[in-house]
Amino acid sequence: MTVKISMKVNGKPVSADVEARTLLVTLIRENLRLTGTHVGCDTAQCGACTVLMNGKAIKSCSIVAMQAEGADIMTIEGVARPDGTLHPMQAAFKENHGLQCGFCTPGMVMNALDFARSHPNPTEQEVRESLEGNLCRCTGYHNIVKSIMAGARAMGGKI
Amino acid sequence: MSTSLIGARVQRKEDYRFLTGAGQYTDDVALPNQCYAAFVRSPHAHAVLKKINIEKARKAKGVLAVYTGADLAGAKVGGLPCGWLITDVNGQPMKEPPYPSLAQGKVRHVGERVAVVIAETLEQARDAAEKVDVTYEVLPAVVDAAKARKGPALHEIAPDNTCYVWALGDKGAVDAAFAGAAHITKLDFINNRLIPNAIEPRSANATYSRAGEDYTLYVASQNPHVERLLMTAFVLGLPESKVRVVAADVGGGFGSKIYLYPEDVVVTWAAKQLNRAVKWTAERSESFMSDAHGRDHVTTAELAMDRDGKFLAMRVRTTANLGAYLSTFASCVPTILYATLLAGQYTTPLIYCEVTSVFTNTVPVDAYRGAGRPEATYVVERLVETAARAMKMDPAEIRRKNFIRQFPYQTPVALCYDTGNYDATLDAVLQLGDVSNYKKRKEESLKRGKLRGIGYACYIEACGIAPSNVAGALGARAGLFEAGEIRVHPTGTVTVFTGSHSHGQGHETTFAQVVAERLGLAMEQVEIVHGDTSKVLFGMGTYGSRSIAVGGTAIVKALDKIIAKGKKIAAHLMEAAEGDIEYDKGVFKVAGTDKKKMFGEVAFAAYVPHNYPLDKLEPGLNENAFYDPANFTFPAGSYVCEVEVDKDTGTTEIVAFTAVDDFGRVINPMIVEGQVHGGLTQGIGQALTEGCRYDDTGQLLTGSFADYCIPRAGDVPMFKVDTRETPCTHNPLGVKGCGEAGAIGAPAAVINAITDALGVKDVAMPATAHTVWKQLQEKSHARV
Repeated sequence: MTVKISMKVNGKPVSADVEARTLLVTLIRENLRLTGTHVGCDTAQCGACTVLMNGKAIKSCSIVAMQAEGADIMTIEGVARPDGTLHPMQAAFKENHGLQCGFCTPGMVMNALDFARSHPNPTEQEVRESLEGNLCRCTGYHNIVKSIMAGARAMGGKI
Repeated sequence: MSTSLIGARVQRKEDYRFLTGAGQYTDDVALPNQCYAAFVRSPHAHAVLKKINIEKARKAKGVLAVYTGADLAGAKVGGLPCGWLITDVNGQPMKEPPYPSLAQGKVRHVGERVAVVIAETLEQARDAAEKVDVTYEVLPAVVDAAKARKGPALHEIAPDNTCYVWALGDKGAVDAAFAGAAHITKLDFINNRLIPNAIEPRSANATYSRAGEDYTLYVASQNPHVERLLMTAFVLGLPESKVRVVAADVGGGFGSKIYLYPEDVVVTWAAKQLNRAVKWTAERSESFMSDAHGRDHVTTAELAMDRDGKFLAMRVRTTANLGAYLSTFASCVPTILYATLLAGQYTTPLIYCEVTSVFTNTVPVDAYRGAGRPEATYVVERLVETAARAMKMDPAEIRRKNFIRQFPYQTPVALCYDTGNYDATLDAVLQLGDVSNYKKRKEESLKRGKLRGIGYACYIEACGIAPSNVAGALGARAGLFEAGEIRVHPTGTVTVFTGSHSHGQGHETTFAQVVAERLGLAMEQVEIVHGDTSKVLFGMGTYGSRSIAVGGTAIVKALDKIIAKGKKIAAHLMEAAEGDIEYDKGVFKVAGTDKKKMFGEVAFAAYVPHNYPLDKLEPGLNENAFYDPANFTFPAGSYVCEVEVDKDTGTTEIVAFTAVDDFGRVINPMIVEGQVHGGLTQGIGQALTEGCRYDDTGQLLTGSFADYCIPRAGDVPMFKVDTRETPCTHNPLGVKGCGEAGAIGAPAAVINAITDALGVKDVAMPATAHTVWKQLQEKSHARV
């Protein structure tokens, strides 16, 4: 069964005809060719596919695209300023060497954006708890934690 | 440029694309008219393939082809080769059973590929794969290394499932030293099987051009040239020029993406059959059951000492699990990369190690971050710490008593350490870790009902296997050099092509620092290119922490040639003798004068040779170098781990971890620290949370992130890390390598800390809450 889905992605209206079983992440990666959102585990364990849906961080591998009908989706491609300047959270990851291979990074940043809104000055413990659903195999989290603490402070509670 | 780029915390050039979603990982590659492959995998660990009925699948919607092992055999597609020949104790070559890309006759592990279905869409391929009807005659399986020799035979050529029995050292002399020793410490343990789990799953997308009769394979690989060499020379029987391998951005490897895998072969071969691009990306469950695993040793280790704690001899017997087939470098990991490291940082004069490597009905085992060296360090450092406790010696003191202090040092296990300063790293870690106040912290923990423990590990690593002729004599079937090319463009910008491969290590930054520093250019003028066999002249790839020491040196050699040629050009331009030209920070000068030419002017002259010595010198400014190191490099370091164990739950918390490493000269401390953090976390994972489990029938019990627990952010602390620099003596940068150190040293430090906290001799890895809790119960019952 094919369904027509419409939503806003990174501020632009999009629509696509997809099979009903199509996951949101598949729509994002394959139909829209926004390949910054990654698939690491297919089981909602690793968080590499995290995007913002109506401002909340969700794992786009664990909902079907239909569930996002009419939603406002932000992917990693929509985070930097229109002139290409990095968002303060992205800049914090760069400054603090919060990424190595870069594969988990988009999910880490998207999750951090949501977290930092409610935690403008988080403790290390709060940041570690916020990363419960995001796996990184490269960094040992040390510099990711530093990045999110710095990024959150720079954001001042606003995306 | 006034400040040196060497040793500078330069932010990474590659970060912008990763942070904005612009990275190009293999699964991000969409080729025109691509179709999709889904593999049918064996649900049994050991079975005869009685019949494969593909008719329903072939007729399913969207299906383009279904292939089985018979198709590959019919097309004379070769099996996967092993890159290292081990010769056994009797002088016989190891047993090398065939490793077909699609099973032929039998399956030997859960997850082995039985057939492939290729369809227009991924969903159609997966749906049709379920329609492939395979009749299996299930056979008994063996999964434990210790039971393999008496288990059902996997391969005809190895009826006792033994690939080889190999030994290193003088057994007679070692036995004699043990007979006369005042004290012997003995431990039996298992070095737990690990599943690498880079967060990017393996992926391959191959296409065939009828025009050029050639293939392009996009693949998540750590060494594209080796992948190409194995694929063309051994599997497809083609000239190298007919296969281009591209591994652009790769999302972590840790060893698991070194190897040539069956899926890569199948999609490449199928691309020609179908004249379509064929794409496959692993689901995570496929990663668990088809990426090469790591470790899996069963070991008995003994250390003989005199009454003062001086090490006299070490005796080690290991059974290593190779899994069902020989993966690309499987055979050298528990031998050449393991037994040779058993001297550690110590003067132990006599060492004997015997290794029996066996086949079992499990996923093939190969190099995983550290590869043999974590296993060796675990043996040495668990023995040393246990010996110190038995002899009531301070663990730092017993190490100092036995440290190697004279270099070069020839160990009894083949390696010759060029340099090191083990007192420096141990002293530094004791200070940085505030070990002198440890007792106070322990008392404070106890007040909160927590058992605190402290553990040390002083590791040695050997990076950049070398030289090629020695490796060849030991069985390597490949060279172990690296290649680099410097292409200076007419405007003076530089592209560097390296055979090293970055999959998180940040070579685009570190290598650019080396080049920019040597040429006196800005970082922006230097671009590093890697991961494409059609761009890079050759490469042996990245593994074994070899990139900066071997790949970096190849680049430096090529830079030297660039500067030498530049001096010739500059001499002509300034009408001076070549011998009078000096090069410093981007400027060619005539010594003792104020005459000078900028690097860019010389580059321009090379490409616009109007005023140029054309009779003596070719135009252009482009140089290659191949570098084959004289020796391994030997990073070393000292780690101290402090844990708190909850008596009621058995939960272990790493409350402090301090690491001081000697990587020789450090190019970018920020990147090096990141490598240490990541390595430590994988080592802590091995010690605390990660353990691959099979049941007795060979079913993989840890097949997802829900039951195979790689560390999460809450499992590790902020690390305290520092370095000491004893430059490597035999490469121009003085560098050693840093990628694996953390994973090598951490497991022993963690387990030494937990055994200290519990007051027990040993605890099995992974020391999960359940394992530790059980040990606490046994101990309390034993007291009663």
